[in-house]
Amino acid sequence: MSFFSKLSFGFLGVVFFSALFAPWVTPYSYETQNTLNTLATPSFSHVMGTDRLGRDLFSRLIYGARVSLFVGILTTLLALLIGVIYGSISGYVGGRIDSFMMRVVDVIFALPDMLMIILITVMMGRGVAGMFIALTLVSWVTVARLVRGEVLRIKEKQFVEAARALGASNSRILMKEILPNISGLIIVTLTFRIPVAILSESTLSFIGLGIAPPFSSWGTLANEGWKSIKFYPHLILFPSLAIFLTILSFNFLGDRLRDDLDPRNKAKFS
Amino acid sequence: MLKYFFKRLLHGIPVLFAVSTITFLIMRVVPGGPFDQEKRLPPEILSNIHAKYHLDQPAITQYLLYLKQLVQGDMGPSYKYIGRDVADIILDTFPVSLTLGLLAMLVVVGIGIPMGVWSAYRQNSLVDRVCMFYATLGISIPSFVLGTLLVWLMSHKLQWLPPALWEGPRYMILPAIALGAPFSGFIARLTRSAVLEVLASDYIRTARAKGLTEFVILFKHTLKNSIFPIISVLGPLTAGLVTGSFVIEFIFSIPGMGSFFITAVTNRDYPLIMGVTLVYAVLIVLANILVDIIYMWLDPRVRM
Repeated sequence: MSFFSKLSFGFLGVVFFSALFAPWVTPYSYETQNTLNTLATPSFSHVMGTDRLGRDLFSRLIYGARVSLFVGILTTLLALLIGVIYGSISGYVGGRIDSFMMRVVDVIFALPDMLMIILITVMMGRGVAGMFIALTLVSWVTVARLVRGEVLRIKEKQFVEAARALGASNSRILMKEILPNISGLIIVTLTFRIPVAILSESTLSFIGLGIAPPFSSWGTLANEGWKSIKFYPHLILFPSLAIFLTILSFNFLGDRLRDDLDPRNKAKFS
Repeated sequence: MLKYFFKRLLHGIPVLFAVSTITFLIMRVVPGGPFDQEKRLPPEILSNIHAKYHLDQPAITQYLLYLKQLVQGDMGPSYKYIGRDVADIILDTFPVSLTLGLLAMLVVVGIGIPMGVWSAYRQNSLVDRVCMFYATLGISIPSFVLGTLLVWLMSHKLQWLPPALWEGPRYMILPAIALGAPFSGFIARLTRSAVLEVLASDYIRTARAKGLTEFVILFKHTLKNSIFPIISVLGPLTAGLVTGSFVIEFIFSIPGMGSFFITAVTNRDYPLIMGVTLVYAVLIVLANILVDIIYMWLDPRVRM
């Protein structure tokens, strides 16, 4: 493993761990206000300073990781599930059903996606649920297209024909012959789609249309920091840095996985 | 060519119809309306307002009415900006967003392509590694993080450029960079792999054997043939720039279509939401058609 992918892996591990065990990791509660110590710059007692209500930014950041990661990972998993089922059926069945199913995908693909995400999230009341539905609805089509392409390619292979000659049923061929062959693609897509979901969520929360208080994601924290960027830049610096480093780490890992799982690169590793 | 163009335009119509239907559905399935305020309006006034905008009728009638208006070129009145038509607001704000988008595109192509070519030409060198590191950074940095960083550094710390508003060329530099730079990393990567593929081909070896200069080989023979993958992503890229611009418009207080969309959504200004969404969708459809036509024009092998 290269230096950067090790570093990315380590960073994501730390973020996951602290998000999971937030109550034990954070030095303060995320909602305790200390009005005597507002807008403090980073110090030993508050490593990232405090916000305008005197809440510890470091603790809020770790609780924010919960929301950001939860939304990012779960929507991607759901989109992946829908996309894989839809795409593999469409590609495997083929014919008219395939062209109809792909027409539906084309239409959703043509939607201005950020606008739809905003619309759905705001209309659903700016909660985690609305964000969840919105992100899933626009992102499954990308997966469906990718999977369909791969299934189309693989179903013509000889081992699939051999399985059919041996009397395997359609569902068996799909589950046992085709899906294992696209598992690499699925894993790589997963690592590349998670940062996209985190990005969309944080962007929306940053402009104040995403996750609403009392929940706060990294985007929400960045939004709060933006209001006082001129005099207290640390309030926006740390949430932005957290978003950026997380997305960067996922992308490094994705690159690495793609290279490793690409069959054309096999010779190098075996 | 012209026939193909019109055929593609016709194909765009069902897409736009689907976009408007889906938008309408999303707006109406959730409870609440544009005139539910904190301070309740008297029921008589409320019912008059509803009657004026046909909100008292069943949703399907409203939708058909809207479509009928739309076909006649009327996007309806805005609910919140009293006395202004949606078409009016769009005509005012669209040029701003378009300028921002085009400038950002300039940044994307201007940084991405040279960087990609250079790093492919010096494959595995330090230059290559630095460029590809920049590309990964670019892909990973959200435009709002870059935007706020630029505002803090260039406007608040160094005081070189204005932090907000849209009043002249000086005001356009930071927004264009914040919107375009993240995408330029993606284009740099794409260019690099396309150029690498071409550089390995036989006719480049022939060109070298003929004794052509490296400059001619790189810019005449290689770039020309590796431009296709770049052109084919320009369509989705335009869509990304266009729909991504609302964050930038928010940060820099730019009076573009994106800012109006944000307020329209929070106000439930149905006609304005619909209008802006449709304009964005038309833009995306047109960009894709344009890209396909450029593609065909450049590559005689591709025919309709």
